[in-house]
This record gives sequence, structure tokens and C-alpha cells, in this order.
Amino acid sequence: MFPLSTDEWLAIELSLRVAFWSVWFSLPFALFFAWLLARRNFFGKTLVDGLIHLPLVLPPVVIGYILLVMLGRKGLIGEWLYEALGVSVAFKWEGAAIASAVMGFPLMVRAIRLSLETVDQGLEKAARTLRAGPIRVFLTITLPLISPGILTGVVLGFARSLGEFGATITFVSNIPGETRTLPLALYTFTQVPGGDAMAMRLTVIAVVLALLSLFISEFLARRIRTRLGG
Amino acid sequence: MLEVKIKGAIDQFEIDATFMTEAGTLTALFGRSGAGKTTIINMIAGLVKPRDGRIAIDNDVLFDSAHAIDQPPNKRGVGYIFQDNLLFPHLTVKGNLCYGQNLTPTADRYLDFDEMVELLGLKHLLSRRPSSLSGGEKKRVAVGRALLANPRALLMDEPLAGLDMARKDEILPFIEQIRQQVRLPIVYVSHDIDDVLRLSDQIALIDKGRTVLVGPAETVANHAEARLLLGQNNPSTIVSGTVISHDTTFGLTSLETQAGLIRVPGLKLPPGSPLRLRLNARNISIALSKPQDISVLNVLPGVIESIEKIDTSTVDVKIRLATQLTIDARITTLAHQNLNLAIGTSVFALIKSVAVDRF
Repeated sequence: MFPLSTDEWLAIELSLRVAFWSVWFSLPFALFFAWLLARRNFFGKTLVDGLIHLPLVLPPVVIGYILLVMLGRKGLIGEWLYEALGVSVAFKWEGAAIASAVMGFPLMVRAIRLSLETVDQGLEKAARTLRAGPIRVFLTITLPLISPGILTGVVLGFARSLGEFGATITFVSNIPGETRTLPLALYTFTQVPGGDAMAMRLTVIAVVLALLSLFISEFLARRIRTRLGG
Repeated sequence: MLEVKIKGAIDQFEIDATFMTEAGTLTALFGRSGAGKTTIINMIAGLVKPRDGRIAIDNDVLFDSAHAIDQPPNKRGVGYIFQDNLLFPHLTVKGNLCYGQNLTPTADRYLDFDEMVELLGLKHLLSRRPSSLSGGEKKRVAVGRALLANPRALLMDEPLAGLDMARKDEILPFIEQIRQQVRLPIVYVSHDIDDVLRLSDQIALIDKGRTVLVGPAETVANHAEARLLLGQNNPSTIVSGTVISHDTTFGLTSLETQAGLIRVPGLKLPPGSPLRLRLNARNISIALSKPQDISVLNVLPGVIESIEKIDTSTVDVKIRLATQLTIDARITTLAHQNLNLAIGTSVFALIKSVAVDRF
């Protein structure tokens, strides 16, 4: 098994980088939409809820294609982005991160929303009577209380990103060192003669990575539980 | 002084409350469960918005629909002790206590953390989490947390509900002490007349969201409206009094009351202490002449003012005592006829010492 080849390290490093940034990039938005759906009633709430959940029910390839049409070099937004700012995410690892973020978004929103709904809003009111303004209440009461939900959301989003395939390959293709994450690398090896051994190695790596992330999340969850005085 | 004059439609009824509470006095909002008492204090705290009216503490207007003033809860400086405490589970006892204090400008702080912790006996609990506290301990932390935010008025929502007798006795002295030491206007929500009579200076009777009657505790408690609310089955007269002296031989305490001199089984209160008594109509007998050989110690002369038939077997007799206070006695229709009682008859009201409730 050891040592790992340069290509394998590249795929691992890229997968982790893509997963990390997709989660951190989408977390503030997930928090906002979870709060919006859990705490506010507004016209079109069902539609917003539906749109957020689309990546969960649509084939990933469709999401990838939509991203390509929107953000590709010749896409609706992508073309403008490129011409105005010289920025493009097409065929870049950043694009892979966006694809992962979109795919993991409904999972994160759901997890955070669920824990927001279990927070006793009386606690927030109590904090208001103790001289705390709404933002302080959110930061000192709500956020700590939903931290288990945020952790769950982050873990789900991270896992979703590590496993993301369809949307990524459709949106940013399969470029070694740039967009060829673990699943894409594994898929590539299954397409070439004699690639079975390499595919098996990547499979083992994927399992180890998944277990590691589970252990870390379990460790964090325990720490949060003690802190919340559960 | 806290002034409240608010209206607002909440769910099934209309809130319409008007009352005032001086600093250092406790006003009890008393009424049935679901009468809108909690909604009224939520409006004072700024958690629920009244449709119109005015709420002010001294010269600071918290809410005034006429001038579009509606201060947010965090700017009102109104302390709130919630029925279910609502302690922050992710903070220690100390973290809970300090939450509001840390947000109080230094110039507005009039309470010392250590003194408050001492008063409430929380010193040994400071590093604990709320989930590991007993019901009484949680309530004490909730009281301390609200007070350490250095409020200008204090709201308490059924602080004794859900606590057993032992826990109640644990909390009651603290509430009495706070009223005496921290001179705040206090609004106290309760549906338990015993708690209300023990703690309140003033009672605001709440029925279907409206303040039906506001006044000194005894006056309101003896009023027909309050009786109606308490149920006709157990009429009683509330009198206030002060401890005069203790008889050590028999362990009796003499009280000077609105009804006259009353002796009750020994109280652990120094002479001069104010207290309230409940004279239960079922425990008051009537005699036409002053009885000699009888166990009853309290014999008060008076004149019958009215007689009301309750059912075929019982009547309520209203007796105006020498002190001009009227008390109720519930006797049988048979006794009523045997004694030939009528309005204007001079009688003696016999009150058993051991049957007098004190608050």
C-alpha cells in the first residue's frame, strides 16, 4: 500500500481542499437560510424551501449542467464574471468546490434548521430581558445552542463533498491536479485497462478518509455535548 | 413607580390593564389560569406589543402608542423571572448570573455580585450547570440573574408554581427579602391566593385580560368579585394585623387586627411584625351571649348585617364587628332558626385559634 504515489496524494489533497472550502463557503449561507426557514414566515417560503432541496432530488449531472450553463466561461453569469473581473471557475478546483457546496447545501440547511427548531425561543427572550440586543442574543445564546446541528451539517456537507462525482465532472471536467478528486480519479482508473489495483488503492484511501472524518466529528460532538451541559 | 395602562388583542380576548406599582411594593396580578396575566407582564417586558396605551417607569416612557415609543426589551431595564426559569443551559450558574450584569453600564449597577450570591446562597453552585440543579436552586439562580441585570422594575411569573411546599418555603423568604432590600416596583403573577396574600401589598384582579379591581390586598381579597373568582364554597375574610406579644406559658401569640384582638398558636415573629390572617367562614360560630365555658379563645362582639341563603341547609351570616370590619360566618339553616337570627341582632363571633390561617 505505502508509500502513496504523487497522483494519489494530489487527489487526496485536492479532495480535502475542495471539501474544506465548499463547507466553509456555504456555511454562512446555510445558517442564514436555516434561520429564515425555521424562524420567519414570508411569501414564497415553500418555493425557497423547494429550491434549496433541489440538489437532493435532482440527478447530480443536472446540477452540474445547470452550473455549467450559469457559471461556465460562456455561461449567463460566468461570461460576465470573466469579462468584468477576469475571474472564471470553469475547469478550476474552485468550480469543484462550488459544485460540492451546492450539492451539500440542502443537507447543511436541514441539519441546522432542525436544531434551530429545537432551541427554546424563551431562552432568547430571557436574554433580551437581560439587556442583550438581537445580534448579541444570536451570538451568545442561539449559536452555541445550535452548535451540535452546525457540526452535523458540516460533517454531512464534508462527506457529501468527498463523495461528489456527477456535478463535478459535468461542471469542471476531470483534470488531474485541478478537478480530479478521489472519486473522479477512481472512476478514471476503472476506465483504463489494468487500473484495477490502482482503483482498489483509492477505495481503501476513501474508506480511511471517511472513517477519519467520522472519528473527528464524533470527538467534536462529545466536546460540544459536555460544553452544553447535556 | 411603574405605571401600566395598556390594551391589545391577544388570541381569544382583549387585554385591558391599568395599574400602578410604587417602588418597594409588590402588586400581584391575580386571576384564573389563562386570564392573560402573563401576557400583561410580557407587554411590560416588551416581549409582546400592546395595541395602544402607555408603560412608564418613573419618568422613562417604555411604551407610548400616542408618541410611537416602543423601547426594545433590552433597553427597558425590566427584570423578568420566568415561570420555567429559562436558565441558559450552555452556561454555568456564574455565567447565567453574570449575563445581564456584564451588559449593564457600570453607572447603572446598584447590586453587588458577591452580596447577591450570598443573599441567595448560591456560592457553592457557581461552577455548576443549570441541568444539575434542583428546582429551588434553579429558581434562586433565575432570581439572581434577573436582579443582577440591575433592573428598575421586576416581573415574576408564578415563581412558586410547580414547587412543593418545602421548595416554596425555600423561595418565599428570598422574595420577601428582595422586596424589602431592593426597592423596586414588583409585579407578581399568580393564581394561588395563599401566595398572593403572603407577598402582595396590592392586588390587581384579572379576569379575561382585564384588570377588574385594583387595590390594597385585603380590600380586593374580601371583595365580592374576588370571592366569585375563588369560588363560593370556601368563603373567608382576610384581615391584616401586627404581632403584639407572645405568651410563653401556652405558646400563644396575640395579634392586633382589623377584627380586634386575636390569639393564635405561637408564631416565630418579633412583636410589631405585620401579617395577614384568613378567617374561614366555616370555622366561625355564632353565639347570642358571651359563652363562658368554651374552648374557643377569640370571642368578638358584633351586629348581624346580612344573612344570605347558600342552599337549603346553610346560610352565610355577615357580622359587623366592633372594629367596623365585617366577617362571614357559615352556619346551618337550623342554627339560624334556633337562634332566631335577624339583621341587627347583637351576636358574638367565635373564632377557633387553631383554625386561623396566617400568611
